[in-house]
Amino acid sequence: MGLFIAQLLTGLANAGALFMVASGLSLIFGVTRIVNFAHGSFYMLGAYVGYTLIQVLPGVVGFWGAILLAGLAVGLIGMLVEILVLRPVYRAPELFQLVATFGVILVIQDLALMTWGPEDLLGPRSPGLVGVVRIMGEPVPKYDIALLVITPFVALALWYLMTQTRVGVLVRAATQDREMVGALGVNQAWLFTGVFALGCGLAGLGGALQLPKGGADLMMDFNILTAVFVVVVIGGMGSLPGAYLAAVIISVLNVFGVTYIPQSTLVLMFIVMVLVLMIRPYGLFGREEVAGEHGQVGEPERPIKPAGLQVRLLVAAGVAALAALPLYGSGFMQVLTTDILIFCLFAASLHFLLGLGGLVSFGHAAYFGGGAYVAGLLVKHAGTPMELAFILAPLGAGLGAFIIGWVCLRLTGVYFAMLTLAFAQLLWSLVFQWGEFTGGDDGILGLWPAKWLSGTTPYFYFTLVFSVGGVLFLRHVAHSPFGYALRAARDSERQAEATGINTRRVRMLAFSFAGFMAGLAGGLFVFSKGSIFPNELEITRSFDALIVVFLGGVKTLSGGIVGAAFFKGVEDVLTRFEYWRLAMGLLIIGVVILAPDGIVGTLRKWAERLGVLKRAEDES
Amino acid sequence: MKRKTFLKGMIGAAALAAMPLSAAAQDPIKIGEINHYKRMAAFAEPYRNGIELALEQVNENGGVMGRPLEFIFRDDQGEPGEAIKIAEELMTRDGAVMLTGSILSNVGLAISSLAAQRGYVYLASEPLADSLVWESGNDYTFRLRTSTYMQAAMLAEEAAKTDATTFATIAPNYAYGKDAVSAFKENLLRLKPEAEFVAEQWPALFKIDAGAEVQALERSKPDAIYNVTFGPDLGKFVREGTDRGLFEGRQVFGLLSGEPEYLDPLGAEAPEGWIVTGYPWYDLKEGAAGAFVSAYQERWDDYPRLGSIVGYMTVQSIAAALEKAGSTETDAIREAFKDLTLDTPMGEITYRGIDHQSTMGAYVGTLALRDDKGVMVDWVYKDGADYLPSDEEVSKLRPAD
Repeated sequence: MGLFIAQLLTGLANAGALFMVASGLSLIFGVTRIVNFAHGSFYMLGAYVGYTLIQVLPGVVGFWGAILLAGLAVGLIGMLVEILVLRPVYRAPELFQLVATFGVILVIQDLALMTWGPEDLLGPRSPGLVGVVRIMGEPVPKYDIALLVITPFVALALWYLMTQTRVGVLVRAATQDREMVGALGVNQAWLFTGVFALGCGLAGLGGALQLPKGGADLMMDFNILTAVFVVVVIGGMGSLPGAYLAAVIISVLNVFGVTYIPQSTLVLMFIVMVLVLMIRPYGLFGREEVAGEHGQVGEPERPIKPAGLQVRLLVAAGVAALAALPLYGSGFMQVLTTDILIFCLFAASLHFLLGLGGLVSFGHAAYFGGGAYVAGLLVKHAGTPMELAFILAPLGAGLGAFIIGWVCLRLTGVYFAMLTLAFAQLLWSLVFQWGEFTGGDDGILGLWPAKWLSGTTPYFYFTLVFSVGGVLFLRHVAHSPFGYALRAARDSERQAEATGINTRRVRMLAFSFAGFMAGLAGGLFVFSKGSIFPNELEITRSFDALIVVFLGGVKTLSGGIVGAAFFKGVEDVLTRFEYWRLAMGLLIIGVVILAPDGIVGTLRKWAERLGVLKRAEDES
Repeated sequence: MKRKTFLKGMIGAAALAAMPLSAAAQDPIKIGEINHYKRMAAFAEPYRNGIELALEQVNENGGVMGRPLEFIFRDDQGEPGEAIKIAEELMTRDGAVMLTGSILSNVGLAISSLAAQRGYVYLASEPLADSLVWESGNDYTFRLRTSTYMQAAMLAEEAAKTDATTFATIAPNYAYGKDAVSAFKENLLRLKPEAEFVAEQWPALFKIDAGAEVQALERSKPDAIYNVTFGPDLGKFVREGTDRGLFEGRQVFGLLSGEPEYLDPLGAEAPEGWIVTGYPWYDLKEGAAGAFVSAYQERWDDYPRLGSIVGYMTVQSIAAALEKAGSTETDAIREAFKDLTLDTPMGEITYRGIDHQSTMGAYVGTLALRDDKGVMVDWVYKDGADYLPSDEEVSKLRPAD
């Protein structure tokens, strides 16, 4: 019994920091509709700033003052980020802002490294709260008790702010219908800024509060991110009580999981998340998302049309130039181009889903890495010839996408995105943990192409054929009746249904098809690298694809490819410099602000303005 | 450009023009070094400093085969796929004669797979995975650092000497953690068949729930604990474990816990009494080991970490191999590495012909506090050669070469 109580207390104490970070993310999303990828970075900043302040401020008062000040400071930083980075892009297509927050992650990583150095910092102890108290004979750290007390107070304060004050009324109103709030004369811009700062401040507070139980290190930002997403989704996006309950559930379950099924540490919370979303598709306390409720942000999408002769000639010339690369480019140029082509195909497959289907997948790496693993496992365990394994890679990925899509497509919007993320993480955990079969983190080695393809140049041509072929095929499908049906389902589900389109089936097909194409890219990838590791299934890989699709331009057909080529090319150059993450982050933010329609979309607009291209409205 | 630098440049240019040396004699020998300089900056920077110190010494003494030795440092973001691309660039465009680097095992394994395919020599300096030289070993890959198996075997030997019979383990839930636990078990059970493992905890890497792990370990009431957690996980584990009295009356064995990279962040909370593998630079005053420490401190105004000595020995190994090969051809370098013997700050090491593992050892000692800092006391240096499986076992582990 004593142990049980002690475990419960440990879980509740762990829930503290998690709740604060998650509630901040939830608030920000509820009001601004921004999925703040950088939320983990604010948590990390909170820990670092808190650490520094505690060194300066002495005693008990100093300690708690430092923690509060850390929250305030991070809130201020958040405010700056909102004003400088996010405000210019609120009019951009939905979810575009997450690209900007991704840039913020990179910038903060390098700035933190420059400021606090590379070494992990062990968190200072809380004065007066060192050691344990015995509860029914079991030791419970005093600081855990403090956290147990503080967390409900913070939650209550937030609850009071949201329900009993005028600011709270406005925030809630904005959560429900921000256009209306704007129409009633409330200054939305400052409301958004305020909420963003509050959310970031909470993350910073969470980071500072966990110091006596941990410390500050440079990997904190990504390490907490998935857990926070899970908590927010289980609780229901935008719901504070939901976030609290979910943080408690996850933390307590985790403590019991550690004790009774020690191997479960990677997968437990994702299983909980999938289960909750199966039963309550909008989380415990979330509201159903009604399509169009928040209004279509940005200008309406243009109809797509087959490329004209000029564009076709241009593309043909480009492909010809690529095909001639071995004549004028070095061996390494071919290796680099192979990498870029593979990534372009991967991005194009996500773009198909995102741009044409309106289905935001946060877990697209599952199919890229999944395809690669299908090929790798076949070669390793069944001795499958490379050619056959390569063909089976997209089929396996497509089948996986079909199954996952069947489950996820019950949901829409951000919940759909989060569920795809959960499945991708589950797959990653499976591969990471099941060492006997998948090789775990040590991966699968020696996966080289067949003899006739083994040189750099033959494999370059092999990739060229499949990548360009794949991209052209994706484009072709976009113009087929199926592509029209998919866009119809995206733009107006009801009207599409009324015209006899089975929107669910169309989406299922699109999801599987995109998975298939990502798997093809994965198959190309695995034989170009000769080995495969769980990294290719990680959340960062999904983010990479997402970022380049937005950077290139969601609402253009070629956005995915252009974004991918741009991103990979720049990355190859920038990583040669010391502070490349800072440069990369600033570059991404710069592109986001200067080109809110993505690179292709914005170039097209400029071209139209200059009269190089005909305006869309002139053509009809 | 500062005026001084400019002048130096002018003098340099003039000197170059004046010297009638042939270009070939001046051409540096380039080595491609791939690492996670950003993602694991705390480890990669001391490693790089060790390399640069060694390079300066080698080049002051006339370089290798009369040519200066040069390293090209590249960041792979900790991604195996990126590392492969960079390796190709280093070898095909930048004119590197061989590859080295990596801390993460997966990146090391990826490069080794490429090395075998393309015929590049790769010296895996820091990655620990046993499979690098055994299950996935190949003709072109060599490894310097004391492997997971060797360090676990050293601790198992110490564990067998104690009275403890019931053991609990805690290790991060991934390949390295699993290798470290199974090697410890294997060696301990060989030396002490009555030993019993009563709990195995597997926290997620860098996401440890330390309170819960400590409760779970306490519940199994072991005589001794074998710890493989490191980095931020170690700090949290030590703090919760100390607070909750987990370590009272129990012997703890900590793999790598004595390396300055992991020990120093713990500060005054370093857990006294743990038996660990590590690097006690503070007590190394004499001989080659001491000379390295003082040269490093003089050069960098900082103390060496384990990575520093590994970086230093990496350069020494490569220089020795190149001298022995007498050529920069891949096959010659590869042959030279086999059974290569050289003197290092840690004593004489040999790259074993049988599995390409060097016999670099490790310091094993007990943690204590000195001036509010964790240090290793009563340490001994254990030669790696004594902690490897027998030759028959190794040849069984290593598939047909």
